[in-house]
Amino acid sequence: MITIQWLYVLAGLVFGAFAVLSARDPANPKRLRNTGFWGLLSLSFLFGDLLGDFGNGLLVVALVVVGGIGGLGLGRPATTTPEQRREGSSRWGNKLFLCALTIPAVTLFGALVLKEIEFGGVPLLEPKQATLISLGMGVLVALAVTSALTRPPPLAPLQEGRRLIDTVGWAAILPQMLASLGAVFALAGVGEVIGGLAGDYLPLGTRLAAVVAYCLGMAMFTFIMGNAFAAFPVMTAAIGLPILIGRFGGDPAVVCAIGMLAGFCGTLTTPMAANFNVVPANLLELPDRHAPFNGVIRAQVPTAALVLLANMVLMFLLAFR
Amino acid sequence: MGEGSILTLLGIAVVVVGFMARINPLVVILAAALVTGITGGLTLPETLAALGKAFNDNRYVSAVWLVLPVIGLLERSGLQERARALIGRIRAATAGRLLLIYLVFRQIGAAVGLKDIAGHPQMVRPLVAPMAEAAAENRLGPISERTRFRIRSHSAAVDNIGLFFGEDIFIAIASILLIKGFLEQNGIVVEPLQLSVWAIPTALAAFAIHGTRLLLLDRRLKRETAAEAETPPTAPEPAAPELAR
Repeated sequence: MITIQWLYVLAGLVFGAFAVLSARDPANPKRLRNTGFWGLLSLSFLFGDLLGDFGNGLLVVALVVVGGIGGLGLGRPATTTPEQRREGSSRWGNKLFLCALTIPAVTLFGALVLKEIEFGGVPLLEPKQATLISLGMGVLVALAVTSALTRPPPLAPLQEGRRLIDTVGWAAILPQMLASLGAVFALAGVGEVIGGLAGDYLPLGTRLAAVVAYCLGMAMFTFIMGNAFAAFPVMTAAIGLPILIGRFGGDPAVVCAIGMLAGFCGTLTTPMAANFNVVPANLLELPDRHAPFNGVIRAQVPTAALVLLANMVLMFLLAFR
Repeated sequence: MGEGSILTLLGIAVVVVGFMARINPLVVILAAALVTGITGGLTLPETLAALGKAFNDNRYVSAVWLVLPVIGLLERSGLQERARALIGRIRAATAGRLLLIYLVFRQIGAAVGLKDIAGHPQMVRPLVAPMAEAAAENRLGPISERTRFRIRSHSAAVDNIGLFFGEDIFIAIASILLIKGFLEQNGIVVEPLQLSVWAIPTALAAFAIHGTRLLLLDRRLKRETAAEAETPPTAPEPAAPELAR
């Protein structure tokens, strides 16, 4: 059986390669910080299960110290010039799109077909993680196809990957950190407290009221936190799970999928979501880029409000079939 | 644990204050986790252990970065240039229609997992915004600064909206995996495909809503430009700044 562990080993090796290549990049003034950060992440993927819970806690602290205080630098791996890229574009044409589409194609194939294959009662893929394992296979197939087409230097995939991961920087672990914070919130009963407050102060007695409260709560909490990932575990533990799914018997997949998208409506309206709403205002040199609610956010607010309303209607209609 | 003390909400206050003070989010999250654990009755080592366990259990959220070497390799070979050539061939007559086409491209791209082939630095600034501005100028003649910045704001907004309401249709995106992980911790097993299917109705609604707004944007730009032409500003307007290369 192919397990998620195989994918973690692959990820650990790739991040390890980023760490080693970073150390050898003289163009990056903070190269040792990058080496430390990607090296710690590599350690987590390769040996996380052997470190113990407290050991992993220390690893998180180390990641935050290396990446969050002082920050990472930008590596400058050798890549192609704009002229070479234009040449490549006309030389390989739309085959480049085919290479890129290999990833989702193989992922879908794995999630739909390979997932069902068994050998003597043992499934080929670890059932709970079939999609992610398939994604890993998609990456490997796409890498093979692209390399066969463009014949890059051997280290090019790792160097180009490092170029991209450095542009993401410490934010690469932000979703995982927020998911972990959500787990600590859950352990300390934050959802229950908010749920208690919501239960005390919000009319959740009917399906419609509970749907409105959950969607609105997702959007408002996301507005405060700047990230729907942080709002989701709290609001879902407070209202989604106990009331919409527990009391009213809503379909968990529908409630959670649409609830997350209600949160995204909040993301569109908040200056806290800096990478989506503040960075582009700077990139486009908008005159009001330093205002809390710049032109980008103002352009998004009407759509956010209407899509939030649509989410409430959709959840009400689809979750309780 | 979980006795429901109002003190446990202090962690949320840490997040709000930390983000408002623009402290690095990783630091803010660590501080919020520690405050939440300790106000929730755990010792510091117990809190660290809880955070460490959750971090280790959630490693698959960060496993999606495995796609970067392939995307980088394709970029190096001219994928972005190819995408630009493809968009450039679509001769859109107006800013709104051009942004509508980009909305389709962005939403479908994100839905099949290609969320990283576009974005503000790669597509919006070098391509979408200048093309939308040019389309408006072709149609309406010279446009005011106000109109120009409105078009630029909408160019950035289209990228976000297309991404947000497309990406969850792809089964291996971080938010879908977060939902899956959360439900699993609560004893409910769902497959990512079940979740991504239920992102489709909202995606269609968002497309209808924002698509309509983009078509209305054309009328608004036209009205705005016509009104400004009737009452010319007393002082000559400064030349529109070209986006610095």
